[in-house]
Amino acid sequence: MAKLNINGKVRDVQVEAGTPLLWVIREQVGLTGTKYGCGVAQCGACSVHINGEVRRSCSVPVSAIKATDKIVTIEGLSRASSHPVQKAWAELDVPQCGYCQSGQIMAAAALLKKNPNPSDADIDAAMTNICRCGTYQRIRAGVHMAADMAKKA
Amino acid sequence: MKKTLRTTNISRRKFIVGTAAAGGGLALGFKLPFIGSAEAATAPGTEVNAWVVVKPDSTCVVRIARSEMGQGTLTGLAQLVAEELECDWKKVATEHVFPGQNLARKRVWGDMATGGSRGIRGSQDYVRRGGAAARIMLVQAAADQWKVPAGELSVSNGVITHAASNRSTTYGKVAVAAAKLAPPDPKTIKLKDPKDWKIAGKPMKRLDTADKLNGSKLYAIDLKMPGMLNAAVMACPVHGGKLVSYDEAKVANMPGVRRVVRVNDGAVAVVADTWWRAKTALEALPIVWDEGANAAQSSATIAERLKEGLTANDAFADTQVGDALKVIAGAPKRVDAVYSTPFLSHATMEPMNCTAKVTADRVEVWTATQSAEGSLAAACEEAGLPLEKGEVHKLDLGGGFGRRGGTQDYTRQAVAIAKQFPGVPVKLIWSREEDQAHDFYRPISQCKMSAGLDESGKLVGMHIRVSGQSINAWLNPGAIKEGKDVRQLQGMWKEPGDAQFGYTVPNLQIEYAMRNTHVPVGPWRGVNTNQNGVYLECFMEEVARAAGKDSLEFRRELMSNHPKHLAVLNAAAEKGDWGKPLPAGVHRGIAQFMGYGSYSAATAEVSMGPDGKVKVHRMVLALNCGHAVNPDQIAAQVEGSVVYGLSAALYGEVTVEKGRMVELNFHNYRLLRLAEMPKVETVIVPSYDFWGGVGEPTICVVTPAVLNAIFAATGKPVRSLPLKNVKLV
Repeated sequence: MAKLNINGKVRDVQVEAGTPLLWVIREQVGLTGTKYGCGVAQCGACSVHINGEVRRSCSVPVSAIKATDKIVTIEGLSRASSHPVQKAWAELDVPQCGYCQSGQIMAAAALLKKNPNPSDADIDAAMTNICRCGTYQRIRAGVHMAADMAKKA
Repeated sequence: MKKTLRTTNISRRKFIVGTAAAGGGLALGFKLPFIGSAEAATAPGTEVNAWVVVKPDSTCVVRIARSEMGQGTLTGLAQLVAEELECDWKKVATEHVFPGQNLARKRVWGDMATGGSRGIRGSQDYVRRGGAAARIMLVQAAADQWKVPAGELSVSNGVITHAASNRSTTYGKVAVAAAKLAPPDPKTIKLKDPKDWKIAGKPMKRLDTADKLNGSKLYAIDLKMPGMLNAAVMACPVHGGKLVSYDEAKVANMPGVRRVVRVNDGAVAVVADTWWRAKTALEALPIVWDEGANAAQSSATIAERLKEGLTANDAFADTQVGDALKVIAGAPKRVDAVYSTPFLSHATMEPMNCTAKVTADRVEVWTATQSAEGSLAAACEEAGLPLEKGEVHKLDLGGGFGRRGGTQDYTRQAVAIAKQFPGVPVKLIWSREEDQAHDFYRPISQCKMSAGLDESGKLVGMHIRVSGQSINAWLNPGAIKEGKDVRQLQGMWKEPGDAQFGYTVPNLQIEYAMRNTHVPVGPWRGVNTNQNGVYLECFMEEVARAAGKDSLEFRRELMSNHPKHLAVLNAAAEKGDWGKPLPAGVHRGIAQFMGYGSYSAATAEVSMGPDGKVKVHRMVLALNCGHAVNPDQIAAQVEGSVVYGLSAALYGEVTVEKGRMVELNFHNYRLLRLAEMPKVETVIVPSYDFWGGVGEPTICVVTPAVLNAIFAATGKPVRSLPLKNVKLV
């Protein structure tokens, strides 16, 4: 039994303590925008925000989450895809298959929250999620564009 | 409103189309229970023909038969139909068709397979005719209504106008009448000249982006159904091994576990209420395998077998011009080299998965597939039902790259499990480790190359011997004629049009010696053009240097009979600043190759750290794919091919120990990350006199261009991959 605050809504889940947060989000809570890619914190497809920090939810056991922790998934990032990262991604047609993009967007949003004006080197360091379709060039451009949008907003 | 239109209709609860011809609502389709929202346009439309459904508000729903896995085919096909249809691009939506529907309608949508970069080039003619036929019928319906000749009408953006009488109407208003008309003879339809294209040929935004930005897109792995169970599977780690036994009692009381089931003769699955519980129990399950004789195989035994094939007498020559062996033996200067490339897995981001529901007289699967009709055949065969009793609900793929083609092993497994739970939907998901352990890998091969140069440094003879595993031998033995599998020589074929060798060498012998292994192999983005592109283009570099000539000039001299190959090489060289100065420590390489009916060339700018770590700074890729349907999506495919190619060049290999694959997750099957991404410039040089592929052609020039730049940096050729194993300094 765990109490989780996900996207501003507190939910009780019945689950073994060692269950990764990823699978609780997907299977008990039913939010499937957060993806399984590797299960070992390598690819970042499972990225969510916990108290504003980007975390790879496949490697966070649900027992490590406190009821006061605020978890945000891709579904809770914004209303109507209005976050600058989502808008920039749409503008540049970043996604190909799209499977990794929830994680990419969550990683980019966390980066911009900490660093509203990231350099290419900052983006290199922060954006370590794997995209097998190879959208990295557009992801980089998308982070810069989102930073510009946020400044103008 | 906009969002509704931009959402592909797979998320609709129902796919019901009112056809006037059938006298009312004909339910063609299939409920997708509990998938997504019903927000997408649910107003019934009128099927004008198989490709075009028009709604009262003139929204045109374009039917898409090929699979979308990120490569943009869905948008490109919609552009081609819309171009001929003359509809309003802002009111275009798309809708997948399923193979059971295709079968029931005598394959009106043609081939649904999506591989070999054929999604657009293989269907462009009939989908454009489909769009044009619908336009002709809609215009005729307006002409009939106004009792004027159709030739007096004009149409634009879905609005039909009769200028003489100052009348206009819309597609939405005449669709029902149009659907009752006899379709025009496709042979009489004149398609537009690409010069006149307004929608096709333009960098239109993709139609399928919106739901990839907020988590709402449903991939097969995301399916939820009432009462659904989840399965985790493990096949014998040694390919070809058998399941002997398992101790179900050890896991039967673990949380959520329903049952442990045998999956045919080589795998076992735990079925539970959630996948995590199924996987947890599977890891605790004692399993006894009969690994069989293959357990004695390793990378070393496989390498030995391939090496033997380099000089064995059983090879066949696909190309034999002059007497290459004699000329090389007598040449004043010769160059010899042996190259090798490893097994590679596809590593789609979405692991293999499939949901199946089987009853006594019906099998349904929900799956990500590049071959929907292959999925239908696999599901029905596994369920023991005829094709008419099955259906495949297609969901867009979280990556394909050739992995999700005709073999459909995961669909078969899901059905094998689900038939043991009649009437209950069972979702099978492979762990990443299972996905890495049981792929259809890019085949392993070696290549022995020899060249002879005359006194002036002119190439007078070349001998190429590929020894390696055959994809056809594993997947499609019928394609091998008299033991000669030309497919493994892709990109070095003598025939023009698809994957032709781009040089004229007076004495040339190109051979293949088939050396198969126990490891399953299959197509992997670019297939055999990858390995052969490395072999030929890196060896050409060695020969050019031995001849004392510039890499570009040496190639050009051999390419006058191959003007299209030469044109893209020139385009890459020009935009890639060939011959111009580079910053200190940066070196340039070049390569050209052909595959999938398209011509590709690349330059790469590379530097190396003191530790030999390779940094690729910039790549320029030129592509002649004949017709360029969406330049921005072509650029996206080119950018993606660089990433897929560089992952392989730098890190990619799956090795074999004790008969099983060693690299089972991304910590040791490393993939390129953003920090390693070079600046990629795409140069599209379409000649508009043929239709070539886009998704695969450019990958084959990525690695050789980079390796040739490394050669320029070190003065030593790189002859084996991946680079992580090569000591460069």
